[in-house]
Amino acid sequence: MFGYYLDLALRSLKRNKVLTVLMVLAIAVGIGASMTTLTVMHLLSGDPLPGRSQHLFYPQVDPSSSPSQKQPFDVMDYRSAVDLWSAHRADRQALVAHATLKLRSPETNQPPLMAKTLATTSDFFPMFNVPFQYGSGWSADDDARNTRVVVISDDLNRKLFGGANSVGRTLQLKDSDVRIVGVLAPWRPSPVFYDVAGGRFSNGDTANFYGKPEDVYLPFGAGQDINPNSFEMFTCWGDDDGKHQQTSPCVWVALWVELDSATKASDYTSFLASYVAQQKSLGRFVHADDSRLMGLMQWLDFNRVVPSDVRLQMWLAFAFLAICLFNTVGLLLAKFLRRAGEIGVRRALGATRSAVFAQCLVEAGLIGVLGGIGGWLLTMLGLWLIRRQPVEYADLAHLDVAMFLSTFALAVVVSLLAGALPALRASRIAPALQLKTL
Amino acid sequence: MEIRPILASLRKHRIPTVLIVLEIALTCAVLCNAVFMIGQRVSAIRLPNAIDEHSLSTVGLSGTDEKTAGSDIPRNLAALRGIPGVQAAGAVSTLPLSHNNWGWSFGTSPDVSVFNKKTVNFSLFFLGEGADKALGLRLLEGRFFNADDYADSSFGSAPLPETHVTLVTHSIAERMWPGQSALGKTYYTTSHYYTVVGVIADVLRPNIDGQGEASNYFSAFYPMSAEGSKGNLRRYVLRSAPGDRDRVMRAAEQKLIELNPNGVTKSAIYSDMRDQYFADMRSMAWMLVLVCVVMLAVTAFGIVGLTSFWVGQRRQQIGIRRAVGASRGHIMQYFQTENFLLSGAGVVLGVAMAYGINLYLMQHYEITRMPWYYLPVSAVALWGLGQLAVLGPALRAANVPPVVATRSA
Repeated sequence: MFGYYLDLALRSLKRNKVLTVLMVLAIAVGIGASMTTLTVMHLLSGDPLPGRSQHLFYPQVDPSSSPSQKQPFDVMDYRSAVDLWSAHRADRQALVAHATLKLRSPETNQPPLMAKTLATTSDFFPMFNVPFQYGSGWSADDDARNTRVVVISDDLNRKLFGGANSVGRTLQLKDSDVRIVGVLAPWRPSPVFYDVAGGRFSNGDTANFYGKPEDVYLPFGAGQDINPNSFEMFTCWGDDDGKHQQTSPCVWVALWVELDSATKASDYTSFLASYVAQQKSLGRFVHADDSRLMGLMQWLDFNRVVPSDVRLQMWLAFAFLAICLFNTVGLLLAKFLRRAGEIGVRRALGATRSAVFAQCLVEAGLIGVLGGIGGWLLTMLGLWLIRRQPVEYADLAHLDVAMFLSTFALAVVVSLLAGALPALRASRIAPALQLKTL
Repeated sequence: MEIRPILASLRKHRIPTVLIVLEIALTCAVLCNAVFMIGQRVSAIRLPNAIDEHSLSTVGLSGTDEKTAGSDIPRNLAALRGIPGVQAAGAVSTLPLSHNNWGWSFGTSPDVSVFNKKTVNFSLFFLGEGADKALGLRLLEGRFFNADDYADSSFGSAPLPETHVTLVTHSIAERMWPGQSALGKTYYTTSHYYTVVGVIADVLRPNIDGQGEASNYFSAFYPMSAEGSKGNLRRYVLRSAPGDRDRVMRAAEQKLIELNPNGVTKSAIYSDMRDQYFADMRSMAWMLVLVCVVMLAVTAFGIVGLTSFWVGQRRQQIGIRRAVGASRGHIMQYFQTENFLLSGAGVVLGVAMAYGINLYLMQHYEITRMPWYYLPVSAVALWGLGQLAVLGPALRAANVPPVVATRSA
């Protein structure tokens, strides 16, 4: 029966080609726009570390002495971060601080460049599943002894060494020699989650969270030696003398911890509270009730990482899809009802209402499949356009299998939805009335 | 024109009528908001900026030793001024729309703190000697910095310059001292204060929020000596004829690399930098234009399709009307009026929806209230679109010969 309906549907579509093309195009354009924006949304709002993100937490304390703060700063001061890190109360913990440092490669004849540098601790690599091409990260011992070693990104390794194994080579970072111990494989977390902070101050313009990760990673302590008092500050709550960053009233170090079970997470929360209480009794903190422990995904939500332009585009695309849907419903309805006579004959010859309904739905579904193919092509075009846009996440825009299948699913669902009402009306046609006018 | 028969016929086709009205309404609502968003972005892209944008090129120099800046910067500037075609050169800390922002909050009375809600956040620009001329700042009142101002200014231990003179933009003057002359006035922060010696035409901040408000122009300028700059005068600005910018920029970069073999340079023509800043806004605006155009096309074709069907369905009725004396004009008018009513209902609903969507976006996104005139303009546009779309099918209806009445369907 399905084959016969399909044949009927094809005949009907061929009978009025302009209308068919119009309906297919409307669905294709609607699907193309929605799927393009949905794919971008899916890429930007996804879990950057599936399977591990639920174990990662972001502790915050409030070291400020000002009265008007309602919540802690987005990052920590040196003292609190290092205290919490050295307590080693989590399964893993990593400090994070940023600087842009001059980098030279004495062994290759390249001009010096300014490299985005991350000072962190050894747990960073296993904790965030960072993939290595050559070598490995440094050890906890290197953290303790401030060993001058670095891990470099795949991009930098290509730029300096043509992609060859550069482990053991020496680079000059600012004024110090450092030895390469590891080279990362291409790594593009989306967003660069461990750098996310201050999203609520960015007015929805958060595309920069989706840029490339740093080019150079080095032990936190070695970073303090190589680049003293010159790490990037998040903000200050008092006057800073610019000379003693570690004791300044400024926040500039972030801490990430891994807690593998809910019990450990609640234990860590109480540890954080006791640390804050202790600091308050020592007179270093004023606020004891401002500490916070957010999970990775919660922290990303809190920072509203998905740029507001992307969210707006998605809503716009869905409004657009709704317009296309109304359009298709109207056209299908007009089309089916125009065939009232034909349907009357079928009903008089014994076809049930559900048979007529099924026949109409097959026709609508066929339009959906055709629209889906068109929509898929337009989605590819849309993503190609996005890849050419001057935005940080441009290179991430690709259609994965899930989104490819959703394109067709969405197209068929949309057109069945569009077909349901007209088909219902068509199946309700009273045969006698139609036969009379024949 | 009699409306009643039209309404009677629409009542018989209730579902398609409702659908087309909803489609027009939704199109109207989205169109209003999309056009408003396009307008906002276009006005941001076009924000005026009182520096000599079309004559500037810039070379950033980092990685050099801060301790020798006192002799390095004058030497570098002398070399840059020697490049043929360079009309002026200077060193600055940052440029408008460069993303490199140094913000601080100030108040008009001495008892302020950073956390005081009454303070206003400025972007701080530090100028080396001659940079005011290189940038082409336009003085409205007062004076530029003199040689003593430059010599006396330096960075000490605070993240603020140790000087007491400042230039502010017209927008800051209006905000801090509305209705008064800002000249000679002082603004304060916890440990520092600055007295306004000059008011200049509005210069954009390194970062703007794209809302087109006066706060985009809260830029304050301070003199800075080369030796006291502590690595904060890293950007060289060159003024030349627009046609020379590219050559001057490359020559300057070459010169700076020769003089500072340890340095890392990064150069740009200022108008490219400005374009770069607005690139994502521009692409979003184009995307919105594309969506509007396709959306209007889909709606128009929807109207064409549906009216064509109705015309086909009513051929016999049209024939009868023609046979009993209706002119072609009458038939055309019938379909045009019908569309006018449909669009009217859609537009009324759409305007209400547009307003609602704008309220929602204001709450959840960084969007301001839509000016009222967007609503009637989109309403009229959709009405016009409807009339245009219905023209084809209406003409076909008018061409139905009266003889059709005598044939069976």
